[in-house]
Amino acid sequence: MSKPLKQVHLAAHFPGVNNTTVWSDPKAGSHIEFSSFVHFARTAERAKFDFLFLAEGLRLREQGGKIYDLDVVGRPDTFTILTALAAVTEHLGLTGTINSTFNEPYEVARQFASLDHLSDGRAAWNVVTSWDAFTGENFRRGGFLPQDERYSRAKEFLQTTSELFDSWRGDEILADRQTGTFLRDAKAGAFVHSGRHFDIEGQFNVPRSPQGRPVIFQAGDSDEGREFAASTADAIFSRYATLKEGQEFYTDVKGRLAKYGRRADQLLILPAASFVLGETDAEAEELAREIRRQQVSGATAIKHLEFVWNRDLSAYDPEGPLPDIDPDLGEHTVSRGRAQVRMYRDPLATAREWRERAEANNWSIRDLVIETGNRQNFVGTPATVAATINDYVQADASDGFILVPHITPGGLDTFADTVVPLLQERGVFRTEYEGTTLRDRLGLAHPDAEPVGERAAS
Amino acid sequence: MSSSLSPLHLAVALDGAGWHPAAWREPVARPGELFTARYWADLVAEAERGLLDFVTIEDGLGLQSSHPIELDGRADQVRGRLDAVLIAARVAPLTRQIGIVPTAVTTHTEPFHLSKAIATLDYVSSGRAGLRVQISARRNEAAHFGRRTIPHLDPVNDPHAWETVGDLFDEAADYVEVVRRLWDSWEDDAEIRDAATGRFIDREKLHYIDFEGPHFRVKGPSITPRPPQGQPVVTALAHETIPYRLVGRAADVGYVTPFDAGQARAIVAEIRSEQAAAGRAGELVHVFGDLVVFLDDTTAAAEARRERLDGLAGYEYRSDALIFAGTAVELADLLQELASAGLSGFRLRPAVAGHDLPAITGKLVPELQRRGVFRQSYEADTLRGLLGLSRPANRYAAV
Repeated sequence: MSKPLKQVHLAAHFPGVNNTTVWSDPKAGSHIEFSSFVHFARTAERAKFDFLFLAEGLRLREQGGKIYDLDVVGRPDTFTILTALAAVTEHLGLTGTINSTFNEPYEVARQFASLDHLSDGRAAWNVVTSWDAFTGENFRRGGFLPQDERYSRAKEFLQTTSELFDSWRGDEILADRQTGTFLRDAKAGAFVHSGRHFDIEGQFNVPRSPQGRPVIFQAGDSDEGREFAASTADAIFSRYATLKEGQEFYTDVKGRLAKYGRRADQLLILPAASFVLGETDAEAEELAREIRRQQVSGATAIKHLEFVWNRDLSAYDPEGPLPDIDPDLGEHTVSRGRAQVRMYRDPLATAREWRERAEANNWSIRDLVIETGNRQNFVGTPATVAATINDYVQADASDGFILVPHITPGGLDTFADTVVPLLQERGVFRTEYEGTTLRDRLGLAHPDAEPVGERAAS
Repeated sequence: MSSSLSPLHLAVALDGAGWHPAAWREPVARPGELFTARYWADLVAEAERGLLDFVTIEDGLGLQSSHPIELDGRADQVRGRLDAVLIAARVAPLTRQIGIVPTAVTTHTEPFHLSKAIATLDYVSSGRAGLRVQISARRNEAAHFGRRTIPHLDPVNDPHAWETVGDLFDEAADYVEVVRRLWDSWEDDAEIRDAATGRFIDREKLHYIDFEGPHFRVKGPSITPRPPQGQPVVTALAHETIPYRLVGRAADVGYVTPFDAGQARAIVAEIRSEQAAAGRAGELVHVFGDLVVFLDDTTAAAEARRERLDGLAGYEYRSDALIFAGTAVELADLLQELASAGLSGFRLRPAVAGHDLPAITGKLVPELQRRGVFRQSYEADTLRGLLGLSRPANRYAAV
């Protein structure tokens, strides 16, 4: 008997503050007005998507000591916008990226529990860590955390918030008018946490929310990040959306679950993926090329080269050849507030390889950056894209995708209208929302409250 | 024109089932729904039907208590609450005109986070956001964060207690300064989308705020562009000289608790003097009187209800604010008398949300309208507009 068909999960990533997002297109709207978020969320809900996803960055990026001005800049507060979107949607999950370094567990637990109550059980948290003093300059503690302790803090942060979520079991509120008993137990919400990063105690003041705890996402990719995800996350926001890389990542991470006593279906793997649709596959390919040129202007190409060279390259012509000088191997100083610059571990080798490729193909700087940059993951007619997405999921390259459109707010409209119905025809995507909470839609169990308060007291 | 005939501003303070500790036991109360969006949406919609200027939403970083700074261990009153900023965000898209002013604690939170949260509330409400800042002097709340200790406050026997309180309020003033600078850290026309140069923003119109104080340093700029109102409305409750100073330095609206017109006059004078000392003499700063209200068709009914609720609670409910029990006509008389002492509006605390809020909108408001001292329809689209505050220039913009 053949394997049963896996169901595809789909999510919508609100276009981000990087050069994937094309703001110069005449169709591009506001990135900050609420109407853009409403349009985007309602499109995702109309298409029966699992959830909407918001990234976060807590310091505006800089390059060469100046605020980076070539990409979209500016975004709303994550909790506030997600909770407002709960008012204009009914079923869509609401996933927010929230940093464990520049927040405190009691406050974040209150915010997620409140979002979960106010959305009737649709909250999810993408837990990220940072350590850089650059971002720390916006916060009370500054850059207090050594880089090698960021996962240690993140793990304890997540553990502590779980204890806070579980400090209410869900049956404390009697609200009995006759006897005058509001709480069954005046010690509701009691907690004690004593650890290396957090030493806190008291009573949590938000009763247990519909999902018990928000769905937990993790996005780290290092070995440590993968272990963190395998031990505690409900889903991973990964970067491997190609078939082969996706399968390798999927096998690796799902293989780590057993040692934590977890089953393969208790952790979903959802890579970020971009797409371009056309009337024909050839037209979509042509359009995809055009979009990549829009995404990489001459000015953007020079800035991207600076990530590798770690030097001011503003004197170079983007339509000319690559610089002869080698990258500066000192401390990375050109670009701040970006994860991307840490990807180039051997800048000399990268520069040598790029020069060779540019010479061999007669590429300018801009051509090189376009050609070595990310290609869109799914390009073709709606039928091609639906088939490819389904093939990838059935081949265990992922459990679905978090789609990143390049236009705000209408970039999802055509996908919703054309690709989703084809996935539904194949019987691999829901036609109606199942259950009532995001956990129900992701096939995740509702957690039982662990008796943390009693454990701590005994 | 006599000042008693100036139009009044009217807000209501929302807190759980109402301000009386036994409010949740009334038949009109919905104690099982206090943690649902529907409950809060209904209350704010009712306030908007009454054309009120704004609602405030109470909050705290620990369980509610009948004691000013310690937990009381009681299980017979409402305990537990949702984050007020998020309640505000949830109801904002469901309303059109009313201002929404959540409470936020300045003592344990990050001004950078709160500034963008209120800016975002201003975006999702199209310019109706405000903020009520509050300090926390509770040791049990400090233990929830584990980052600082608050000494036990005993103002009667320990003169140093006031230093602690003063320090918390100074921190709150710095906090508001950071929040406000961050709101201005983007000029209104910073987003240029200039295809010719490939620039999305004109970075000369984004500004580092470079705040340095004893409790925090904040670099900026905000990650969120300047909100629609430019500066959302900042408010604070004040009972003493130290908090009056915070109002004078940092707020657009101060809530005060006089028990008669004489006290109101003295408090307003003190706030005006703090305002002048802070160099804000020319700015419009509203001083609102806070009152707990039991509103019924007869005085006897209101007093009987108050007594019945006190009986249910097991003690006489007292408040920092004057407790009024009577009819809409009597309340309108009282408000006009207090207004003649210099208050420009009131923040009413419904004793029972399900009873006294509809009485405010359905009885008090028509009475004030009949007297020509309350609006007949909303005259502005933003909260600043309703309060007669103009949209301020950006402090960082080149003149």
